Amino acid sequence: MFAFIVRRILVGVVMVVVMIFVVFSLFFANGNPAINQCGRYCTPEKLAEITGLLGYDKSIPEQFGAFTAGLIVGRDFPVNDEYREALIANGYENRIIRCDAPCLGYSQSDQKTVNQLLVKAAGPTLSLAVVSFTIWIFFGVLIGVLAAVFKGRLLDRIVVGSTLVVYALPVFVIGTFFLQYVAIKWQLYPYPRFEPLREPADILPWLTSIMLPAVTLALFFMAAYVRYTRAFVLESLSEDYIRTARAKGLPERTVLFKHGLRSALTPLVTLAGLDFAGLLAGAIITESVFNYQGMGALAVKANNNQDLPVLIGLVIVGATAVIVMNIIVDILYAYIDPRVRVSK
Amino acid sequence: MTRPFLSVEDLVVHFPTPDGIVRATDGLSYTLEPGKTLGIVGESGSGKSVSSSAILGLHRNTSAQVSGRIWLDGVDLLSLSDKEMQQRRGKDVAMIFQDPLSALHPYYTIGNQVAEAYRVHNEVSKKQARVRAIEMLDRVGIPNPGQRVDDYPHQFSGGMRQRAMIAMALINDPELLIADEPTTALDVTVQAQILDLLQDLQREFNTALIMITHDLGVIAEVADDVLVMYAGRAVEYGSTKQLLTAPAMPYTLGLIQSVPDLTSDVDEPLRPIPGNPPSLLDPPSGCAFAPRCTFKHLVDPPSLPDEVMPELEEIAPGHLRRCHLREHDLSKLIPLAAEKVEEPV
Repeated sequence: MFAFIVRRILVGVVMVVVMIFVVFSLFFANGNPAINQCGRYCTPEKLAEITGLLGYDKSIPEQFGAFTAGLIVGRDFPVNDEYREALIANGYENRIIRCDAPCLGYSQSDQKTVNQLLVKAAGPTLSLAVVSFTIWIFFGVLIGVLAAVFKGRLLDRIVVGSTLVVYALPVFVIGTFFLQYVAIKWQLYPYPRFEPLREPADILPWLTSIMLPAVTLALFFMAAYVRYTRAFVLESLSEDYIRTARAKGLPERTVLFKHGLRSALTPLVTLAGLDFAGLLAGAIITESVFNYQGMGALAVKANNNQDLPVLIGLVIVGATAVIVMNIIVDILYAYIDPRVRVSK
Repeated sequence: MTRPFLSVEDLVVHFPTPDGIVRATDGLSYTLEPGKTLGIVGESGSGKSVSSSAILGLHRNTSAQVSGRIWLDGVDLLSLSDKEMQQRRGKDVAMIFQDPLSALHPYYTIGNQVAEAYRVHNEVSKKQARVRAIEMLDRVGIPNPGQRVDDYPHQFSGGMRQRAMIAMALINDPELLIADEPTTALDVTVQAQILDLLQDLQREFNTALIMITHDLGVIAEVADDVLVMYAGRAVEYGSTKQLLTAPAMPYTLGLIQSVPDLTSDVDEPLRPIPGNPPSLLDPPSGCAFAPRCTFKHLVDPPSLPDEVMPELEEIAPGHLRRCHLREHDLSKLIPLAAEKVEEPV
């Protein structure tokens, strides 16, 4: 089991490195990125400043080397040696920005390192992901199991019908409804303004502040998970070993939850792992509707500003999340299904 | 008059489907005493498994419509509540299935699954149930049971899995055991071992056994009585000796003749029963076997089997059949049988 985990992690590291290289090559394929970032009223001086600051004048392999080195030992901005020396010579040493390892770059438009921006955005995004994930898994699986048990009857029909409606409604419709009506017009719920979770006492305000966007996001996923769970449980309940479990005289509850749900878990874990990883890269629409400054909002802003270092940072974080969740899913698999376990 | 230990009376199992009602079992009756074995024979889809599952109440909570009486030890199982039936399942009546790999849950250890059957009907600790499970695994001939108890089904061989299934079924010492083609999925050599084991255990616990099979060899070896099913109905019922030596219904004869004879020439073609079983959605109004029967022209008048369903009639003490032929001894009719040799398309 230990060797299995180590192997999965090593493969994961290789995948992250390959992915960084691919992302890097893609973004630099189109000439000097500083031109896009410089904007409409670009002067040659400003262009030269951005180019020198971020080191866009170097060759792509050199830049990749510098970026990778930055990940391991950190790096200083401006990247251009002459610029740095000039700053030191003129007594502006404090304008040299130190970006500690693992350095993901520097955002010229925000005047902050990418790491600082990501850490700041991680709070709302992580909170949103964890809370909505918990809600949708709990209710999605529960309702899905119920629908499977009452297959073809009224409850099942209502569930299947409403999941279709919820799934078809865009997130911004549900989100806007919650924000404009539930929070603002009817004042049924305090206006959601993100409160970070710094200490245990913060838990209630934090949860209150995150609930509306989390439910918005959860509803969408829940609709899908109800359908998944229903299908997986129905499939599982048609297996021969379910007949055996009934023939043993087990109560229907045990048949369902111990024997039926267990085998439906395997595909659910895969889906849940990947969906959760996807959320870690930011829920762009939900964050926009509720004006949460998370990864999604950061991505929108970086895209508008053509802020390349931030975009690269976001892609790397998102892809790493997917790879890490994949490893976790693999480990969970081995835990759930004994046939996957490596023989002793 | 005392009722037999197990008495199935006029059992009907119908499945409503969008295309109509599937008459999987229609008016089935038989009896069985403790320590005795009833063999139920028939082709796939003849209603063997469906009718036996009804004894365990496995059609409850499905769309199936079950009616009739199933008396077990003086109690009509069909009149019990779901809860009462659940408490009897696995305790008074147990069942083992055809494919032990798919019948065992892949995610739980053998020991867990065997012990679970014991714990659900007995107030015992997990530890006691485990000890009992190891005891049973040992009894069914699993070597080194103390260690193998923690193995998963995929770590067992086919024969071992079926032994584990038998251990699971017999752990509560049931009065009636239903074995649904227990050897079909196994190697021939393992088949014999499993049959021997079942017979040993049956003698030891004085269990009544229903052996569902399509293998007449199995019937000859283990059954006291045989029930031949066709299209959801009993077509012949009697002692194993009566049925195998003097089959009185053309379908039974066809089954016997289709078994290849080891002493005959290897080049001799197999003798299958021509045609296919009828659809249970829309069974023929007359004798269900008539379209495939090679003796049909000997009935007077020959159109009778297509129009009228023959009743079960007793032709000798304890020997019943459902056939329009006057003659009981089919061997006399074999030379007159229409040789309907249908080339496979």
